[in-house]
Amino acid sequence: MASPFVRPYVRPRSPDDYPIGPCFTAGHLVETNASWRSDRPVLSVERCTGCLRCYLACPDGAVLRAGAAVRIDYDFCKGCGICAHECKAQAILMIPEEIKDVR
Amino acid sequence: MSVEATARQPQPLFMSGNEAVAWGARLARPHVIAAYPITPQTVVIERLSEWVAEGKLDTEFLHVESEHSALSACMGASALGARTFTATSSQGLLYMAECLQYASGGRFPIVMMNANRALALPWNIYGDQQDSLAVLSSGWIQIYIEDAQEALDMTIQGFAIAEHAEVLTPVMLNLDGFVLTHTYEPVDVPAQADVDAFLPPFRTPSKMSLEAPTSMGFTAGPAHYTEFKVQQHRAILRAERVASEVDQEFGRRFGRSYGGAVVSYRCDGADVVLVTLGSVAGIVRETVDRLRARGVAAGMLKLRFMRPFPEREIVQALSTARSVGVLEKDVSFGHQGAVFSEVSSALAGSAARPALLNFVAGLGGRDISRNDVEQMFDQLQVATVRPPGERVRFVGVDAWGAGELCSPRTIAGGFGEAERSEGDGVAGGVPKGGANPLRVPNSEENGNG
Repeated sequence: MASPFVRPYVRPRSPDDYPIGPCFTAGHLVETNASWRSDRPVLSVERCTGCLRCYLACPDGAVLRAGAAVRIDYDFCKGCGICAHECKAQAILMIPEEIKDVR
Repeated sequence: MSVEATARQPQPLFMSGNEAVAWGARLARPHVIAAYPITPQTVVIERLSEWVAEGKLDTEFLHVESEHSALSACMGASALGARTFTATSSQGLLYMAECLQYASGGRFPIVMMNANRALALPWNIYGDQQDSLAVLSSGWIQIYIEDAQEALDMTIQGFAIAEHAEVLTPVMLNLDGFVLTHTYEPVDVPAQADVDAFLPPFRTPSKMSLEAPTSMGFTAGPAHYTEFKVQQHRAILRAERVASEVDQEFGRRFGRSYGGAVVSYRCDGADVVLVTLGSVAGIVRETVDRLRARGVAAGMLKLRFMRPFPEREIVQALSTARSVGVLEKDVSFGHQGAVFSEVSSALAGSAARPALLNFVAGLGGRDISRNDVEQMFDQLQVATVRPPGERVRFVGVDAWGAGELCSPRTIAGGFGEAERSEGDGVAGGVPKGGANPLRVPNSEENGNG
């Protein structure tokens, strides 16, 4: 399954533009949702072994696969820290949002 | 499991209304049936589960622990593209109340039989229409059945209506508890192959699938919720045309059709018309015939659908009536019968302004007698010449409508004129003092005779 991505929002003009009942293509995202994060996970690609524990553990699907490693989707990460807690290689650190220069 | 398709039965089978529904459901071949037994619906579930056990019906039969679960399971199965059937009654229908709105909002075309039964308290297992009319606004198509053959046929038609791409709305088939569910009649059972040809497999546009994942049952906030409700409203309105087309197609294939959302019986040029729904239509029809034979311009309008509500047809059928009664087995406490409200609302927009009377009868299974129906027409005739006063009348209670009956016999063609009061000088043949407890005199009669 392809990773969802944020698409431009087109406002429906009439009821006919809506799906029939509340059912629509999964992962059709039109807005980001990460504003309540206080700490953000920062990944060290050098340390990442590609074990995918974080990918499996993330409750929000905000850890994406990227080649041999992973990538964090900051548009949807809520900053819960489960990925950092689960990482055996200590490749993910939780950094306070006020500290901007750590990537 | 492969199931041998049944041929058309060479002659009608003798079966109850419940069994006719079960046969209709069997012939529609639902993938999933989830139901909980409740009097007076139980036989539907018994027959279907027996057929599944005997290998005569290839269906996943879910023995759930409640009606709430029954309808929830049907929704889940329907989301996977399964044809689903359930049946309930009374307390069970109300236990589903949350799921009723969920199913219609989710556009799951489930077909459900409801055995119309009274609601507690006081506890009562007998028939009336308080249950289904209490959930009139739940977004379901509501059909009211008169006899066992119609029950079988409309169960099949119900799927064709519900699953139609322009409708996708659940259907509730209402059968009067005991009076219809437990009465045995000869019923023609069509061949499985003919039903298969009439009813193609269900194809949902919103299928839960791993290949094309969808988000189902999502949230819609204030900015979007209304549009979904508008869609639902438009879909159920379209069901009136679709139901009519389905009925005509059914008629071409099976030789039986039921005539749309209303059935007008001798309403042409009628002065007095009784509007009703369900199995009581039989005795009303018979009464109309007797009245017509006596020269009274009486008619009956049977409502087959309460949702979508056939407002246009009602206005048209009642265009000549000088008084209109609504006979129903329910009351919206503190106002009037729910059907009466609907019919009155339809007539408010028409040029005809007939006098309106509401006959609330049959509550908790009380019999509606031929004499009761005759009295209703009596009262409607009085109402053509005199303002009716209290419009909501509980049949058989407190000398219902006696005030209106005190001197009706001067009206041409009035009930009983020929057979009961020929020159005896007593109004309507009822002696003053009220030999008939339903026709005791009131103050008006005492005051001025």
